[in-house]
Amino acid sequence: MSLFRPRSNFKKEQVKSGIPEGLWVKCPICGEIVYKKELERNLDVCPKCNYHFRLNFKKRIDITFDEDSFSPLFEDLKPDDILEFKDTKKYKDRIKEDQEKTGLLDAAVSGTGMIEKIKAAAVIFDFSFMGGSMGRVVGEKITRTFKYGIEHKLPVIIFSSSGGARMQEGIFSLMQMSKTIAIIAEYNRTDLPYISVLTDPTTGGVSASFASIGDVIIAEPKALIGFAGPRVIEKTIHQNLPEGFQRSEYLLDHGMIDMIVERKDMKNMLKNILSIFLNV
Amino acid sequence: MTSIYLDFEKPIAELEKKIEELKTFNLAFNQNNIASIDDEINSLEIKKEKVIREVFKNLTNWQIIQLSRHPLRPYTLDYIELITENFIELHGDRLFMDDRSVIGGFAFIKKNNGNKRSGFQSVLIVGHQKGRTTKEKIYRNFGMPNPEGYRKAQRLFKLAEKYSIPVITFIDTPGAYPGLGAEERGQSEAIASTIYTLSNLKIPVISIVIGEGGSGGALAFGVANRVFMLEYSIYSVISPEGCASILYKDASKTENAANTLKLTAKDLFNYGIIDGIIPEPLGGAHRDKVKISQEIKSIILDAVSELKNLDHETLRAERIKKFLVLDKFND
Repeated sequence: MSLFRPRSNFKKEQVKSGIPEGLWVKCPICGEIVYKKELERNLDVCPKCNYHFRLNFKKRIDITFDEDSFSPLFEDLKPDDILEFKDTKKYKDRIKEDQEKTGLLDAAVSGTGMIEKIKAAAVIFDFSFMGGSMGRVVGEKITRTFKYGIEHKLPVIIFSSSGGARMQEGIFSLMQMSKTIAIIAEYNRTDLPYISVLTDPTTGGVSASFASIGDVIIAEPKALIGFAGPRVIEKTIHQNLPEGFQRSEYLLDHGMIDMIVERKDMKNMLKNILSIFLNV
Repeated sequence: MTSIYLDFEKPIAELEKKIEELKTFNLAFNQNNIASIDDEINSLEIKKEKVIREVFKNLTNWQIIQLSRHPLRPYTLDYIELITENFIELHGDRLFMDDRSVIGGFAFIKKNNGNKRSGFQSVLIVGHQKGRTTKEKIYRNFGMPNPEGYRKAQRLFKLAEKYSIPVITFIDTPGAYPGLGAEERGQSEAIASTIYTLSNLKIPVISIVIGEGGSGGALAFGVANRVFMLEYSIYSVISPEGCASILYKDASKTENAANTLKLTAKDLFNYGIIDGIIPEPLGGAHRDKVKISQEIKSIILDAVSELKNLDHETLRAERIKKFLVLDKFND
C-alpha cells in the first residue's frame, strides 16, 4: 500500500465508507496520514485535528454500552422496492450489494443496552449502508424504538449519520419524516428523555425531522450537520461558504445544538444526562 | 385568456389565437356581430375543446410536472381571493423577520347556503407563495421559505388552536430555501418543529397541494387530518432535476427521474398517501380559476364539517395515527 495514491481517490473512498482498507489512513479534514492501528486505538478520531471518523454500528455499540449489554430489536425488518425504482442501477441491486458489504439489512440498528447501568433504547445509523439514508425500514425502526421506550419506560437515544431521505423510496421516504416526528409527539407525553446525537454527517430529511427535536442535542466534533448540502447552497447563492460552515462548532455558535462531546467522553455524558432526567 | 403556453399546449395556443383574432375582427366592424363569423368562432371553440381533451388525455409525468409549475397556475393568494372573505394577513415570526414566501392569515369562507353569520366558517390559511413577474418572484423568494416562514406558520397554527379555528394549508414550493442564512438560522429545526407542531395540533387541519410539493419544505405544511392534491400537482421527496443529477449523474435524465419517482396525484392516491384528488378544469387550473376555486372551497367546507364535531384529543390522535401508518409498512 503506497502512501502516494492519487489524492482525489483517497479522499473519496475514505469519506464514503469510513476507514478504508490498508495500514495508513488519511484524515479527510486535515489531510494528516495516520497509522490505522493508532487511529483505532484513538476511537477512530484523528490525533491531529480531532475529526471524528464515521463509525460502523459495531464500534458505536462497543463504545456506548456496557459490555455485552446490547440486545438488538426489530432485527428482521427488511427493505423492499416499493416503487420498483431504477436509476443507473436497480434499487433492489443496491440493497443487495450493501447488505453483503455491511452485514446489515438496512441503514440503522435498534436495540436496548446499559449505559453505566442505566438502561436505554437506541437507534444507531450506519453510514456505510446507502449513506445512512432513511427509507421505510429506518423510519419504522425509529418508530418502534420510541413505542418500545413508551411501553417499557425507557429513554431513547438516536445516533444519526445520514445523508437524508432515501430517494429510491420516493414519497414513502419523505413520509418517514412525519412518521418519526409523530411518534416523538406521542413519546413526549411521557416524562422520558430523548437524546439526539448528531454524527458526521446528519443532513437533509434526517436533520429536518427527528434528529433536530431531541430534548438534548449533542454533536460529535466537526460533524457536517445541515438541511441542504454545501454544494447545493454554493450553487444557489453563487458564493463560497465560510470556513467551518455547517460543522458542529458552527451549529453550537448559532444556538442549534446543546453541546459538542468528544467520542471518548460520550458515554459518560449520556449517563450524566440520563441520570439527571431519570433522577437515578 | 392565457398568454403563456407550455410546449405541449402549443396546438391549443394556435386555436386560441385564431379565436381571439376573429373576436377582435367582429368587434371592430359593428356592434351586431356578423353571424358567419360567430359560427366560425363557435366551431373553433368546439375544436379547441376537442384539442385540449386530446392533449390532456394522456399526459406524461413530465408534462404534469410542467403543469404544476405553470407560470399562470393559481397561487395561494389567488385562492385566498377567490375562496375567502375578509382575509386578514398576519406577518412575521416575532423572532427575526417576515418571510414573504409564506402567506398566513385568518378569513371567512362563506358557506354555500344562507348568508347569516352562521353561514360563515372562520379559517386560518397558511400557504407557500410564488411570484409571477420577475420582481414578484424575487420578492417571494420563488416560493422557497427560510426558517422564518416556518416559524411564522407555527405561530399562526398555535393562534388558530387557541380559538379552535380550522387550519387550511396550501402547498406550493420547489422546496425550503437552500441558503447560507437559512442554515445559519436553523432550517432543519424550523421544518422539524413545524411538523411537530402540526402533529400535536388539537384542531382540524386540511392540506391541499396546489402546485409543487417539494420535499421537506412542502411536508412541513402537509401534516393534516385530510390531505388533498390538485389533479396536476406533484409531491415528491426530491425534484426530478435533483434526482437526475444525483442518482443518474446526468441532468438530461430528468424525464426518466420524473417517471420513476411516482410523484403525481394519481400515484400518491393509489399508494394511500393522500385522501383525495381535486379534479381540475379542462386544460388545467389556470384555464378556469373560478371553477377550481369552487371545487377547492367545497372540499374544504366538507372536510371542515366532517372534522368539526370531533373533540380536540381525537383530532390530534387521528392525525398522529394516520401519519404513523401512512407508509403501509406493516400491511
